[in-house]
Amino acid sequence: MTAFTTLVRRDLSLMFRQGGGLGAALSFMLAFIVMIPLAIGPDQATLARLAPGLMWLALLLAVLLTTERMFQQDHEDGSLDLLNGASLPLELVCLAKAAAHWLAVGLPLAVIAAPLGILLNLATDRIIPVMLAMIAGSLALSLMASIAGAVTAGLRRGGLVVPLLVLPLYVPVLIFGIAASTGDLGPSGNLPALLVLLAIALVALVIQPWAAAAALRAYFR
Amino acid sequence: MQILANPNLFMRIARAVLPWIWAATILTLGAGLYLALFSSPADYQQGETVRIMYVHVPAAWMALFVYVLMAVASAVALIFRHPLADAAAKTAAPLGAAFCFLSLATGSIWGKPMWGTWWVWDARLTSMFVLMLLYLGYIAVWRAFEDPHRAAGLARVVALVGVINIPVVKFSVDWWNTLHQPASVVKMSGPAIDPSMLWPLLLMAVGYTLFFTALHLMAIGNEITSRKIRTARLKAIGAH
Repeated sequence: MTAFTTLVRRDLSLMFRQGGGLGAALSFMLAFIVMIPLAIGPDQATLARLAPGLMWLALLLAVLLTTERMFQQDHEDGSLDLLNGASLPLELVCLAKAAAHWLAVGLPLAVIAAPLGILLNLATDRIIPVMLAMIAGSLALSLMASIAGAVTAGLRRGGLVVPLLVLPLYVPVLIFGIAASTGDLGPSGNLPALLVLLAIALVALVIQPWAAAAALRAYFR
Repeated sequence: MQILANPNLFMRIARAVLPWIWAATILTLGAGLYLALFSSPADYQQGETVRIMYVHVPAAWMALFVYVLMAVASAVALIFRHPLADAAAKTAAPLGAAFCFLSLATGSIWGKPMWGTWWVWDARLTSMFVLMLLYLGYIAVWRAFEDPHRAAGLARVVALVGVINIPVVKFSVDWWNTLHQPASVVKMSGPAIDPSMLWPLLLMAVGYTLFFTALHLMAIGNEITSRKIRTARLKAIGAH
């Protein structure tokens, strides 16, 4: 457990101090939001209707942007080889990387995205449902992104493959994320979709360590 | 299964059975197409366009079936290190993608007169489209790496993770009640389709499966040959 938390802390400090993680994702999200009214027109009613979906797209694409870097740096400088030889099983190494990614990128983005939606005229009573849905959804997104990140760890132009790998996995998160964002708070509103989002995250939690570690092992042979 | 692990034996058996499979393919597809396009009745609501079903539905079944086959082959490769399983999974992907594309294209052609639109983002269509992306991603992984062993290891993971989408495709029409009709052949209460249409459809499905088997056996043979060529080339330059 100490090794696990140490690894999470290492990744967190790396991601915060190098800037590439949250900073890049956040500036991407801002650029995306600024360009939306230019692309579809500044009509307030249209924007309000589209805002939850657009914010979800911003979240998905921002997470996608950070996917490629998740394992690449550690693979390039050789620390992945050391981690492979360490006492912590490779499965837990992968889980620690995903946990760090969620804490450093997924969770902050999910919390920031909903208030940013005000720029797109997101109704104020929508902010809390959107935020809750995104917090639950980003957990699944980080876990799934880390699988794709592990597959493309040693790929020079992983950017070509990552979207194809990740988008099929993102689709259920997006569908139930939108359902949880548009329903009202409560058991007859957004709760079922929110629970499905958490269920997806749990399934991803079970699959991710195994899948990501199996992918990394292909690089170690 | 283990006896087929010897590539040379596999090639010999494949060469022996291939002419028979091709003959059976031509017979069933020929008979199926005749029944489907000429002798089966037109639908009382859809008219002659119902005949698209005989091309569309088996293609969609095959797209799902081939993905499952690919995932099973990947699991076999991962667990038993079966030397031909990776080749089977690799060569199944382009075929499955072709079936997937065929079902999307014929569905689109069928949708235009029936639903009045080429494409809708309905649950079944969307999940089928996602299946197409999965196939493309899987093929992309194989092409992205120069080292075939590394590509094989990563492609297995991609195929197995993507298998989650298969039940989503199958049950999408039951979970979301949208434009695409729910299952009418494979369901608990028995098929809800008249025998005069069911039989041509099943015959076409058998024909498609035989067609796929023939192409797949040939593709695995090609894969084995290209592996041998690669090894021979590496030997020639003294790298092995």
